[in-house]
Amino acid sequence: MDLTFSEEQDELRKVVRSFLSKYSDEATVRRLAADPRGHDRVVWRRMAGELGLQGLAVPEEYGGTGFGYVDLGIVFEEAGRALLCGPYFATVALAAEALQRCDDEQARRDLLPGIASGETVATLALTEDDGRWDEPGIRLTARETAAGWHLTGTKTYVPDGHLADLLLVAARTPTGVSLFAVAADASGLVRTPLPTLDQTRKQARLDFTDTPARLLGTEGTAWPALERTLATASVLLAAEQVGGAAAALEAAVDYARIRVQYGRPIGSFQGIKHKCADMLVEIESARSAAYGGLWALDSGDATEIAVAAALAQAFCSEAFTKVAAGTIQVHGGIGFTWEHPAHLYFKRAKSSEVLLGGPSYHRELLATRLGI
Amino acid sequence: MELDFGPAVRDFRDEVRDWLADHLVGEFADHRGVGGPTDGAAWEVRLAWDRELSAGGWLGVSWPREYGGRGLGLLEEIVFEYEYARADAPYRATVNALDLLGPMLLKMGGEEQKKRFLPPILAVEELWGQGFSEPGAGSDLASVRTRAEREGEEWVVNGQKVWTSFGVHADWLYVLTRTDPDSVRHKGLSLLLVPTDQPGVEIRPIRNLAGQDEFAEVFLSDARTGADMVVGEVGQGWRTAMATLGIERGTTLLPQQLTFEREAEALIDLARERGALDDPMLRRRIVDAWISVRIMRTTNLRTLAELTAGRTPGAQATTAKLYASTRHQQLGHLAMELAGPAGQIVGEDYGLDTRQRSFLLSLAETIYGGSSEIQRNIIGEQILGLPKEPRP
Ligand SMILES: Cc1cc2nc3c(=O)[nH]c(=O)nc-3n(C[C@H](O)[C@H](O)[C@H](O)COP(=O)(O)OP(=O)(O)OC[C@H]3O[C@@H](n4cnc5c(N)ncnc54)[C@H](O)[C@@H]3O)c2cc1C
Repeated sequence: MDLTFSEEQDELRKVVRSFLSKYSDEATVRRLAADPRGHDRVVWRRMAGELGLQGLAVPEEYGGTGFGYVDLGIVFEEAGRALLCGPYFATVALAAEALQRCDDEQARRDLLPGIASGETVATLALTEDDGRWDEPGIRLTARETAAGWHLTGTKTYVPDGHLADLLLVAARTPTGVSLFAVAADASGLVRTPLPTLDQTRKQARLDFTDTPARLLGTEGTAWPALERTLATASVLLAAEQVGGAAAALEAAVDYARIRVQYGRPIGSFQGIKHKCADMLVEIESARSAAYGGLWALDSGDATEIAVAAALAQAFCSEAFTKVAAGTIQVHGGIGFTWEHPAHLYFKRAKSSEVLLGGPSYHRELLATRLGI
Repeated sequence: MELDFGPAVRDFRDEVRDWLADHLVGEFADHRGVGGPTDGAAWEVRLAWDRELSAGGWLGVSWPREYGGRGLGLLEEIVFEYEYARADAPYRATVNALDLLGPMLLKMGGEEQKKRFLPPILAVEELWGQGFSEPGAGSDLASVRTRAEREGEEWVVNGQKVWTSFGVHADWLYVLTRTDPDSVRHKGLSLLLVPTDQPGVEIRPIRNLAGQDEFAEVFLSDARTGADMVVGEVGQGWRTAMATLGIERGTTLLPQQLTFEREAEALIDLARERGALDDPMLRRRIVDAWISVRIMRTTNLRTLAELTAGRTPGAQATTAKLYASTRHQQLGHLAMELAGPAGQIVGEDYGLDTRQRSFLLSLAETIYGGSSEIQRNIIGEQILGLPKEPRP
């Protein structure tokens, strides 16, 4: 059991942090937030080419480097700190994971190398109009004809769905839930970007009309693989949330050290100091929740993963929101301005909170998984 | 969940398990889970249990052999603690000496002191109390006024200590004193070891809110101890005391967390019995209680992993106490709410059941070892680097 980071992992963190400080600095984040596409292909290629970030946890046989989830979690934590804009979560935490989980060797061989090399931006289209992340929420239908499978229906709130080259779509067939691959330029597919409260993570609506699709794995058996994919994504999102929260607190603390009121730095007042301390308690607890999830993922124990993942989202999503809101409070009026980065973290926190179903949903998942 | 510490310690773990299975029987088994860092319940039985542990060679697993320990590593110590808590053995009565004074002496004591005091601790022959707090010095420990003056080969000690846990049982006290009468604050303090069996020491029990005589006040009037009974250097008592507090905040957490886990399980059982699981608000709080104890566990494991890897523990080692103490209190409130009116009825002579005792005693967890407010100051100033409180 490895409950602490190795020197190599410390090094990985350093490298990623320094890369992101250059390519995901505040100016870049603001530029991409304002850009409807919200994504810089050049940086994306660099992430893959120079650092291998997209293929970090993809096995070597599919073009990745085969590192573990703890390593991947480090990258997500750093991405969260830097508010990285672009389809990293959609591609790596959702799509690459779904491909690895679905029982389709050929699809893995065909599709994973493109993701690992940075050629392919991908996402998972699961939610529909009611925004549900569970099995009954999947109603879009797939029909098999002589010419192959076709999808009809709507997916929405799809992370980076407007710019993905490859869409993995959960759909219903007469035998149950199945997973399909759809090319971005497939016929009968209309993609509409959705204007989002959190401009740092884009979403899209996807309308399918008899859109040709490739069935992945065996028809009707995709839900367990999707459930596991969502568990993995929950943990990686939790790591991202921890990183975001830590960066927000750092900003609050830096400000509390220099801002003077009543002749003293505000950080010397207990009202502010204790608030910051409570935020750190929240963050360290969230870290435990997220890291516990990463260790569970690396252990491969399915029961443990299911529990740890639900716990991670139930806790970390709220922790990030609390800390991000606290950061605005510590900053006073300036924290309420568009110019100050605090709101970027706050909005990312709020959007991440509901991204995979929300804390109440995950509490309920946890309760069910524990038999409560 | 099982904890796997790897093949190296698996045999050791089995040895601990077997021993506990063989010895945690009879009266000892009847007192499973009894006690806590501030719980004096079933004292005599627990003392007998400590002697049983001592005879089995389980006290001081990681202490050097020359002082009566087993000379094993930190990992074995942790495995032992873990298995111990898993077996729900009675809380050790001699924890003050074993977990606080012992490690402090190992770290800062002189060779003679180690030889003199460590073996009797492991043999459960001498019990210890911590004499830091005073009526005028609690959170503000640097305002200690108890004085010690050198008289030939002895120190003469005068003053009053308070809240000394298990003080009435103590054969010895480790006392924070002012040895330089002209000094202020944390300068000029010394840590002295003082025997209680003498006319100058009077110890009176203080009843706590659970109705137990678990802590005490201590009056020192010309109490005497040897010149060689200073731990560390004369005038350096602040450092010694702070080191002990650091140990206190760290070591109690692992066994406590396992107790909390059992309480959370019991809470879920109770909720199931009461049909409370269908109430969405209660359900949410129950899940949150479970999440809290699981997070405590992971946090402790992170710290232990860093320690065993020879790394300096991160911020979580400091935030853990504040988190655990506040979350445990929430768990207690919820348990009492689920227990309903029946939970409000006590036994004869204010006899409390485990749930009631744990609930009431949890109120001390945000006070002792540095209150929550002081923890927040420490986190803010020492970890986050915020400016210090203005001090006179
Ligand atoms: C069950 C129990 C067992 C104990 N066992 C021992 C023992 O064995 N040996 C021993 O020496 N002591 C022991 N103590 C004492 C314990 O360490 C003190 O009670 C503790 O340090 C608080 O000090 P105080 O009681 O004087 O409260 P005070 O320091 O007077 O604090 C009162 C309130 O004011 C707050 N406060 C104080 N200073 C500040 C500040 N700077 N900023 C913000 N808030 C502040 C506190 O947080 C608290 O809420 C024990 C206490 C308990 C409850």
